[in-house]
Amino acid sequence: MNVDTPMRSFEAEAPRKHGLGAYFACFYGIVWREVLRFLYQRERFFSALVRPLVWLFIFAAGFRQVLGVSIIPPYVTYVLYETFITPGLIGMILLFNAMQSSLSMVYDRETGAMRTLLVAPFPRSFLLFSKLIGGVAVAVLQAYTFLLIAYFWDITPPWHGYLTVLPALVLGGLMLGALALLMSSLIRQLENFAGVMNFVIFPMFFASSALYPLWRIREGSPLLYELARFNPFTHVVELIRFALYGEVGAKIDPTITPVSPGISFDGVLIPLASGELLDLTHLVVVVGCTVLFLAAAVYAYNPSKGLIGRRGGPGGGNAG
Amino acid sequence: MTTVLSKDAAAAEAVVPTADALVVNSVGHSFGDKRVLDNVSVTVPRGAFTVLLGLNGAGKSTLFALVTRLYDNVSGEIRILGHDLRRRPTAALQRLGVVFQSRTLDSDLTLEQNLFYHAALHGIRKAEAKTRVLEALTTVGLADRAHEKVRNLSGGQARRVEIARSLLHRPALLLLDEATVGLDIGSRESVLSIVRGLAEREGMGVLWATHLIDEVAPTDRIVVLHKGRILYTGSVPGLLDVSGQPNIRDAFRSMTGTKDSAEAA
Repeated sequence: MNVDTPMRSFEAEAPRKHGLGAYFACFYGIVWREVLRFLYQRERFFSALVRPLVWLFIFAAGFRQVLGVSIIPPYVTYVLYETFITPGLIGMILLFNAMQSSLSMVYDRETGAMRTLLVAPFPRSFLLFSKLIGGVAVAVLQAYTFLLIAYFWDITPPWHGYLTVLPALVLGGLMLGALALLMSSLIRQLENFAGVMNFVIFPMFFASSALYPLWRIREGSPLLYELARFNPFTHVVELIRFALYGEVGAKIDPTITPVSPGISFDGVLIPLASGELLDLTHLVVVVGCTVLFLAAAVYAYNPSKGLIGRRGGPGGGNAG
Repeated sequence: MTTVLSKDAAAAEAVVPTADALVVNSVGHSFGDKRVLDNVSVTVPRGAFTVLLGLNGAGKSTLFALVTRLYDNVSGEIRILGHDLRRRPTAALQRLGVVFQSRTLDSDLTLEQNLFYHAALHGIRKAEAKTRVLEALTTVGLADRAHEKVRNLSGGQARRVEIARSLLHRPALLLLDEATVGLDIGSRESVLSIVRGLAEREGMGVLWATHLIDEVAPTDRIVVLHKGRILYTGSVPGLLDVSGQPNIRDAFRSMTGTKDSAEAA
């Protein structure tokens, strides 16, 4: 065997204290791998795009006349149904991408690739967070590609909207990614993932404001309205909807709609200098759920506390 | 011998010059009610090629999962180069290289890209990683295929890439779990020769888990693990003396009571 370049003896090396540079190298490496894998798997890229485009080109065009949308914030005039469901379809991209990422984590766990990540000498929470960001980076790429194609279909938010939507995409991607990460720790086998489609993705998507405004849902079914209101995915969609118009939430005039500022069952309202109240509910719910789901996922992947070790660990606990 | 470390964090981070590569002391583990490891103690000195011999289901992979901190060792103690795995996981894992039983390479990426990813997982920056990737691929004889996709490699070559990957951060301890499973005789010999060379030339402690008796050489240290318990630790001649058998196969079979078993090949 060739040993042209002898390796340095380990005796010479003390354990390095990881500085910021090492953390960045690790973070960059994990994100870079996720993006690279995505770009190499072209069919995954196209199938991720085709799904929302079919909804936009076929479903929305067909239902344009059936589902009229009144003027609701952030829209200042009547909008086409295609325009209304665009944030929902972007949410769909984030949701499916997160679940795809969760699926690949379960697969990685079964094949062993997840082990190489988890034995790296960095805090497990940092490794999982980096992997999450990698998934979000891929989802953001998909979302912008979708917006580019939608532009030629007359979905034209203001130019600054393309910039202001980015934080909403990142936050929404993080929340759904953290949920997927948590689910990947709970799903024991790849086969069980089909259940995720039926019990998580479809209910989350359809019981939300992605396809219909909440007021219309309330007209049809008060129960569904309540479900949609407490569905975190609704808040991701609404956050994206407002961000596409450079806003963070609806501005409410308390003289017309009698509500008080503060945190209540109806939402989080803060007073503005203009006398209006700014509804921050979507932002607060998305950030809160992200923190909650991520903390639960880190707990589940912690070898001393979580569920992984008790259930046989990453790899399914093949005792050899 | 294990060196007792100070509780002081700074002292714990320092290299302990006399520490063994790996010390597993009275470790046990259960899945629910099933006890899979019971009071297991294993030492891997530096520069020693130590074979962990056991049938399928003996507990080898569970022991590896504990040493790599995929599971938490709730009883006993594990030290890598003197660093306590529970109290100083970062320092301990920095000195550990692992080749898992299952394949862990990305088949869509090139050899170089796979290795860059692993270097990043150890905080090695790109410029330094380039040098190390070349070194590691040279060590396993695959430097000329750095830009090929992993899916084009044979099983034996992919295994060698996994070994190269485990060397990038210059570990003091190398763990290999059934690394030759599924390989033909030539590839097995090649992989074994590379790893034995690492123990001899680089002074790494190697723990080689296998159920294949013909992978044990007379000069190796051997640890026999059976049903979660250590039955023997020491040299091969010592094993033959203790068992009173003429060869390793018979010694293993008499020790584990698996005379008719075809599992240990």
